[in-house]
Order: sequence, then C-alpha cells, then structure tokens
Amino acid sequence: MERPKRKNPVLRTRLPTLPPAARSRVALGLTAAAALGRFELQQCRECGMVQYPPREACQSCLSVNLIWKIQQPEGELLAQTVLHHSNDLFFRERLPWRLGLVKLDCGPTVVAHLHEAVRQRVHVRAMLDRAGQAVIAALPSKESSDMADDRQLREFTCDPKQRKVLVTDGKTGLGQALVKALAKAGADIIWVGHTEPWKKFAGFDELQKIPQVTLLPLDVTDSKNVREAAAEIAGKVDILVNNAEHHRSFGIANRQGVETARAEMDVNYFGFLRLAQEFGPAMRSRGADGKASAVAWVNLLSIYAHANFPPHGTFSASKAAAHSLAQCLRAEMRPAGVRVINVFPGPLDDEWNQLLPPPKLAPDTLARSILGALREGVEDVYPGDVAQEWLARWRDNPKALERELSA
Amino acid sequence: MVLAAPVTVPYVRYSIRAAHWWLARAFSALLKSSNLQKGEIDGLTVSSFTLAPDTAIGLTQHLGLSPRWLDHIPLGGASGVVALRRAARAVQAGDADVVACIAGDTNHVDSFRLTLANFSQFARDAVYPYGAGGPNASFAFLTAYYMQKHGAKREDFGKLCVAQRANALRFDSSLFKKPLTLEEYLAARPIAEPLHLFDCVMPCAGAEAFLVLSEQKAKKLKLPYARLLGTIERHNAFASDPVQMRAGWALDREDLYRQAGVGPKDMDFVQTYDDYPVISLMQLEDLGFCEKGEGPAFVRKHGFTWDGSFPLNTSGGQLSVGQAGAAGGFLGMVEAIRQLTGRAEGRQVKSAKLGLVSGFGMINYDRGLGSGAAILGTSKA
Repeated sequence: MERPKRKNPVLRTRLPTLPPAARSRVALGLTAAAALGRFELQQCRECGMVQYPPREACQSCLSVNLIWKIQQPEGELLAQTVLHHSNDLFFRERLPWRLGLVKLDCGPTVVAHLHEAVRQRVHVRAMLDRAGQAVIAALPSKESSDMADDRQLREFTCDPKQRKVLVTDGKTGLGQALVKALAKAGADIIWVGHTEPWKKFAGFDELQKIPQVTLLPLDVTDSKNVREAAAEIAGKVDILVNNAEHHRSFGIANRQGVETARAEMDVNYFGFLRLAQEFGPAMRSRGADGKASAVAWVNLLSIYAHANFPPHGTFSASKAAAHSLAQCLRAEMRPAGVRVINVFPGPLDDEWNQLLPPPKLAPDTLARSILGALREGVEDVYPGDVAQEWLARWRDNPKALERELSA
Repeated sequence: MVLAAPVTVPYVRYSIRAAHWWLARAFSALLKSSNLQKGEIDGLTVSSFTLAPDTAIGLTQHLGLSPRWLDHIPLGGASGVVALRRAARAVQAGDADVVACIAGDTNHVDSFRLTLANFSQFARDAVYPYGAGGPNASFAFLTAYYMQKHGAKREDFGKLCVAQRANALRFDSSLFKKPLTLEEYLAARPIAEPLHLFDCVMPCAGAEAFLVLSEQKAKKLKLPYARLLGTIERHNAFASDPVQMRAGWALDREDLYRQAGVGPKDMDFVQTYDDYPVISLMQLEDLGFCEKGEGPAFVRKHGFTWDGSFPLNTSGGQLSVGQAGAAGGFLGMVEAIRQLTGRAEGRQVKSAKLGLVSGFGMINYDRGLGSGAAILGTSKA
C-alpha cells in the first residue's frame, strides 16, 4: 500500500458522506451480529430454512419463528461487476466500485462488496460500513498479508496502518501492549498520554525507543490539559484509544464517603466526556480526509458496564455511565462515519483484580483484540472467556445474571 | 376480447409535471382517438411509480372519473400484460364495458435516485447500500453470468440495440433521434461492467395507454382493434435458481401457445421487455424462439429491425424510446396494437397478423419477479 501524500492544508478537506443507511427493522439483525463480528443469517426454527434478505416470515413454511444464527461464511462467486456510475454521493466519490453476486453454501444468494483478490471461492463477512450498518463483504477464501490493503475493504475497517493514533494512558500494561501492537501494525504516529510528565513510569524507556511514539502530557481529569492536548493534535488523530481508567474494588458498604467513587467517575466517565468534547469535533470534521481519515474512537469499558459486579460495585457504575455516554458519542460520530468501538473485557490480570480467580485477561491479549476489532470492522468487543460468558448470560436473561452476581 | 386506441404521450427526459399530468394526457388522448366521452369509459387500470401518495382511486377524483371497475397495477414492466389480463376478465365478466389501461410516470431531476433508494424493502436492505447502482448492478450480474455461461458477446447485445435504434428513428415519440452504430455502442463508457451506456435505458417522463373492450363493442364504435388470443402471467418463478437465467415464461409458454392455437414460428413480430438487452434474449429463449443458451446464435442469425427477418421492439423499445417508469411496461403492448391495426407508419411490419408482447417487472432484490406475455392478432386472425 502506498503511503498517503502529505496533506495540502490550503485545499478544502472533503466532507464526510455516508453510504445509504436506511434499513428495515428486521434487517438490523445483520447489523446486530456484525457489531460483534459475527456472520449470522435469519433461520427458520421450524423448517431450518436459511434466508436472505431478512424477512418477517419464513419463505418456505411461513413460520414467524425466525432466529439469527451463525452460518458458514463460505460461498461461490457467481458473477461480478464494476460500478462506474452511482446515484449515491458516497459511492460516486469512490468509483470504480466492485460488487459480486455470491451463492452461499448455506443457501441464499447475496449481493456483496467484492475484494479485488477474490477468484471463485469466497469467504464472506458481515461488516459495519461507514454508516454503521451491516453489509456483506466477499473476501478471498485464503487470507493474505496484504488483504487488508484493499481500497474498498479499508472503507469498512479502521486499520491503524498508516494512521495516526492517540493512546490516552501509556502507564498501564494494557497501554504499553497497545502501543507496541499499533507500532507493529504500521501506525504512522502514536501519541502516548502520561499523567505525570515529571517522572518516568515503568516501561517509559522502552516506549520511547519505538520510532513512531511521541509522549504527550495528558491527564483526563484536567479539563485545561485535555483542551491543550487537543489544540495540539486533535486535528491529526485518526484513531483515539481511551484506555485511561481508575479502578478500585468494593461496593457501597465497605467504604466511607464518595471520594473513591468520585475518582472513578472523574476518570472513567468525566475523563471520557472531556476527551469527547475536545477531540470529538475535530475528528468528526475529518471523516473523509483522504486515504488516512479519522476513523475510530475506542473506549475501554468493562463487562461490568452491562451488569453490576457488587465486589467492584462503584467501578461497575462508572463503566455503566461511560457505556451510556459511548452510545451518545456513537450517535454523534455517525454522520462523520467515525466508528465508536466499545471494548467490554472481563477482569484484567492486573493488581486491582488480584483477588479474582482466573481466567484473567493478559494485557497483550486485550491489545490484540482491540487491534482485531479495528481491522475487522466491528464495534462491540468482548475479549476473553469471562466476557464471552457474561455476554451470553446477559443476552440470555439479564435478570438471571443480576441474581447470579448478587449471590 | 380486443385492444384498441393505442396512445403514446411523447416522452421527455425531465418533466416538472406530476405523474397525474402524464396520466391525464394519456386518458385524454384515449378519448380523442376513440371518440368516446369520459363517462363511456367505465373501467380503469392505472400503473405508475411516481403517483404517490395517490393510487388509482385518487386519480379518479383528480380526473373527474367515475368508473364502476378500478384496479391499481404497480407491477412495473409486467403491468402492460397484467393490466390487459385484468381488464379483459372484467369485460368478460360484465364488470365493465370499456376499460382504459393507462400507465405513466414523471421524471424530475432527482426522481430516479429516490425511486431506487425506496424501491422495495429488499432493495433498501440488501442492494441499495452496495453502491446504489440500482437495476444497473443487478442486470450487470445477470449479463456477466449469461455471457460467461452462454458465450454471448457485447456485439450480440449491441446488434439488438443498434436495430432498435433504427426502429426508433421511425417513431415520432421516441427520445432518441440520432442513429447508433455498433462501433459507437462498443465504444460507450462503462456503467456497471459488462454493461455500458447503450445497454441501459434512459429514465424519462411519458405515458402509454390503450382500451380493452369486447369485439362487438369495438365494431359498434368503429374502432380498429387487435384481438387477444392468449395470455399468461407468473410471479417469482424459479425462486431457488441462484441467479436468474429464466422467468415465468419458461413455465407457462405451452399454455400461452395452446390458448392462441399458434406457435412461436407463427409470430410476425415480437415486443420484449427490454430494459437491458440480456433480458430480451432471456425472453426469446423462454418463449421458445430458440433453446436456452442459444440466444447469441439466434441473434447472429437474424435481423431485428422492423423490416428484418425477426422484427423486434419495432418502435425502438425502451432502449431507444426511453423508460418512462411503468409506461415502459406498456410500450410494447401499445406498439403491437399499432402494428396489428396497420398504424405503425414508417415501421409497419408487412402483412403482420400475429404478434407477441412480453412483460417483465420489479427487480425486488436480485431478479425480476413478474413475467407475463400475450399473443395478439389482427381483427381477422
């Protein structure tokens, strides 16, 4: 992939446009699955028919007992076309555009965005497009190292390659694992925030050796400091990863006063809000800024954002607040096509989760999941076994999970 | 059952009028050409994409009509054949004496984009977000697949387009007034490969109409007419074919020819639904003019102008007249009536006695759903 040319600041920055976003409610089932990186199609519970496009009833037996179920994402390319004309602004600016007609092994024929390297066999993926809605992409059946460089595919992913990234906290294990993973993925510049610029944290020297890294004094609890940092770099940040986090254990009865809970809120909720207010508008204006435009905002939340974990009760509450705010940010970023990715890990293997039993998530593993989410075009990430299990229990019966957690 | 009073309201590329204006022009032209009074037409079918928020019933008040039988037929390219079928049954059953079948659409500068974006639930969910190519993209797939499966070449499609342009030059109401050569066809810019500019219809505004009535009534009114000899209709046929290479005609054609007591060889001309040339080939195959997959050989063997060995789309078809929305589904029917009543002026097929008209409509998702056909004959047939 060629390196994007330096931007000419005199020329007008192209305004973001979005692909058509209207969907019927039933079709949003594909979006719900794609948000998690799953390829699901509608399937009839009565007769097993797999169907697409989504319908209100089974086209075979007319049952309305339909579920969204993970399907084998393989198929055969029947025909392809290259669009040289489109009635829609988003595509008009991106012509020519390749499309394929794919017969899935599980039954239906689908229209798909077509990767350049596809021959006959196809691996399909449901991905979120810039409008945040699911589309089906037809990819080569065998993965190759430069697969992600496909011009069309990059419109759906937020690949950090050649992009400029801000990681808000470089002090933690996760922060450092993220910076290394981003550097390896070919990020162009990585700004790394640290709250106490007057002293070196563990791993400081190692980070400084990475050529793309620039350390940046950043304390998300300090409005003025966040504003200054934004004034300096917000207009260049393509991907913002907010991993700044304040985490203490205990719930309500084990502690006097609100200071700890307030500190958690100040970083986990208000810190996020400060960043969103200062960096959000600049990123929104650069949603279509050439080959390396602003593409993603990543929030480090917690699986406890969905259901309170009483032993870490106030921390859970701050993450629930942050999750709610992230939904607001997602809505505000959508017109620019900037994706808000929420990461819901189970307990990390760090000092604040010392008393929790394994499995616990290693910072490296979590960093890898976040990179994967950026590359694969998903927006909700549940890394690790604990998060996956909580997610399954929560989706199955939220009330049951609440009772289980309070036991 | 007979068809009379073929009417075309001359097409324009863009119109600032509403669909109602075009439908009113068509209805008024019907009255003029049949010498009937408004009140004597007691049945009405209406087909239009751009009439919303109105439907046929709203149009009755808009135009001051009081029919005793009414049908709204929103079937796009299949609406001509289907309107004829509905109207013929109504007359046969005594629900109406004279039915006006009208179709028309307006075309504002942004109409086509809006029609595409909201064409159907499946189109909105599973096609429009993929490049907003509309039917161009869907037909590009069919054309690519057909070319790769049956060895058709761009020249084969080009031959049809060039012949239809020659026909259109002899039809006053057509939008296209310049001849087209095969070289120009081949050199045209790509739209959705393998489709190029002249493979795609041009959206425009216009209207078409005809009357359906009993033979007795037509004679009484001294209207020249064409007789309906047989007709079929089918929707969503072969739904499990992974890609559309055939439609309902292939299922029902024997019925069609049996009703009419004739075969494909007896036809003096054919009017196919031709929003893209590949669909004409599909119809010729499915309707038994050649075997499946032999379309390309058939094209190479014949001439398709009004005076050729196989007169096809003798007024130029939608490819050279323009696609005025739902009126596109009426174009072939109206032209067939002209041919069979000797009113096709400079493009009259010599001693035409029998003609076949085929309709195809509604690319709901990846294929056209509706198909229909009718065999018409002269008053003596």
